[in-house]
Amino acid sequence: MPRWRVLAVFLLPAFLLYSVFIVYPLVTALDYSFFEWRGIRQTGFAGLANYRDLFGVYPYDQQLWRALAHNALFFAGTMLIQNTVGLLFALLLFRYGRGKRFLQAAFTTPYLVDPLVVGYLWSLLLNPTFGPVNSLLEAAGLDSWALPWLGDTRTALPVVILVNAWQWVGFPMLLFSAALAGIPAEYHEAARVDGASAWQAFRRVTLPLLTPAIGVVSVLTFIGNFNAFGLVYAMAGSTGSPAGSTDVLGLLFYRVAFVEGGVNAIGRSSALAVLMFVFIFGVSLLASSYFRRRERRLL
Amino acid sequence: MTARHRAPGRVAVHLLLWGYAVVALLPLVVMLVNSLRPTSEIFTAPLGLPASPTLRSYGRVWTEASFSTYLLNSLTVTCGAVLLGTAVSALAAYPLARYDFFGNRVLGAYFLAGLMLPIRLGLVPIFYLMDSMGLIDSLLGLTLLYAASGVPFCMFVLSAFYRSLPGELDEAARLDGAGEFRIFGQIMVPLVRPALASVTLFQFVPLWHEFLYPLVLLRSDEKFTIPRGLSQFFGEYTTDWSALFAGLVLATAPLFVLFVLATKQIIAGLTAGMSK
Repeated sequence: MPRWRVLAVFLLPAFLLYSVFIVYPLVTALDYSFFEWRGIRQTGFAGLANYRDLFGVYPYDQQLWRALAHNALFFAGTMLIQNTVGLLFALLLFRYGRGKRFLQAAFTTPYLVDPLVVGYLWSLLLNPTFGPVNSLLEAAGLDSWALPWLGDTRTALPVVILVNAWQWVGFPMLLFSAALAGIPAEYHEAARVDGASAWQAFRRVTLPLLTPAIGVVSVLTFIGNFNAFGLVYAMAGSTGSPAGSTDVLGLLFYRVAFVEGGVNAIGRSSALAVLMFVFIFGVSLLASSYFRRRERRLL
Repeated sequence: MTARHRAPGRVAVHLLLWGYAVVALLPLVVMLVNSLRPTSEIFTAPLGLPASPTLRSYGRVWTEASFSTYLLNSLTVTCGAVLLGTAVSALAAYPLARYDFFGNRVLGAYFLAGLMLPIRLGLVPIFYLMDSMGLIDSLLGLTLLYAASGVPFCMFVLSAFYRSLPGELDEAARLDGAGEFRIFGQIMVPLVRPALASVTLFQFVPLWHEFLYPLVLLRSDEKFTIPRGLSQFFGEYTTDWSALFAGLVLATAPLFVLFVLATKQIIAGLTAGMSK
């Protein structure tokens, strides 16, 4: 057992770095949120007033719920499209012959690209006048489909969700592939012998055994979607244009804290940070424990 | 259930998978191809091969739009942070994993909690903390912050790795009279090298892509990292599409190169560890 002084040399650098730059700011944000601020000066204890402002003062009262709804849609859309397609690809590739490696590599390549680059790239590709997407649609005779995808409040958010799915679909695919490889072949054999159809075997055997993987994918998708920033910033700017139709919590927090420059910006943005923290951290913990319980029931 | 009945299904599977491979890769190909075409050509035909490929846009982006500076800054900050974060974690994970001292478990949990915390939400206090230390618009400030954000992940991987090493190793060295620092440097570090290589790579990617911190903490053009510089550049060169595509390629290329090089390196590191 080394002496305390020796231990300190090993432990202190990491402890200081992590405490000063990660833990201290998070704890301090909580402290900031309970005070009234004028610029960078605290003017008094505010209790929960900053939190009340977020729900009761224009424009926060509208923007907060709108951003939260967009994040929820973002998450639902990603689960429905990206993760379902990822599972489908994993199933189709599971017994695929030649070309499997290439296909897996192709599907996962976009996630090596910076989300910010992905956002800027697609905003160029989807440009209504000079973008290749609409010129392809026109060449295919689908002129009525050549829309200003990112300029219309009805299509902008779905397009952002699709572009995000384009980038990340390889990730659930790889996780589900690994999980599928871990299911003993006898289970499928047994289902087939018992006369189960392909769908029944999938629904009753494969899918339940994928519960742990589905849990991991769901929680990571949730964390990723509710922290979204770079991709949306590149495609829709810091206001979530057009007309706030793509505004998400990450953009709202950035604007309240650093762009709008309200007198009480520190107090309100800190309150928003604490709410987001509690929500994101809380839901991920609850979801993790839910999936762990499901898993245990399985065994 | 004959092969003939299943044939149409097979064809559909092939079509779907290879069709999607085109969807996954084509945008990246268009990005590369359009960076080699002048803007006028892109505007008349958004999709097409270059009539005469030119690297002129790259020259402009590299010097005029100072991508050379952004690249250097990104390399400095990311490499510095990855080295620092890995080094302090390699030190701290060693006693945490190998000795049962008072407070060990609490300290371990304290570090691991960072894996699940949405750490960017501390941004406002980070801004004023940096301000009080004179680290706004400073590459050093960004390096320290990036390094700290990698600590929980490094601790998680490295602790598990140290724990898997047999206890006789350091006991033998200790009987021979070696001190803790010698055991760490000459026995532990060489043995965990494969883990060090993979935590280095896994930290590198998200830090290379980090955008919110530099957006808030950097002010001047000559300090910008690639993502921060790119957002500036997209505001300034809005009509010069050839340059925009070239900028996107330049922002993406380093990571692709790293992956091609590092994948071999990591596999080599792992197999070298096994043969010993």
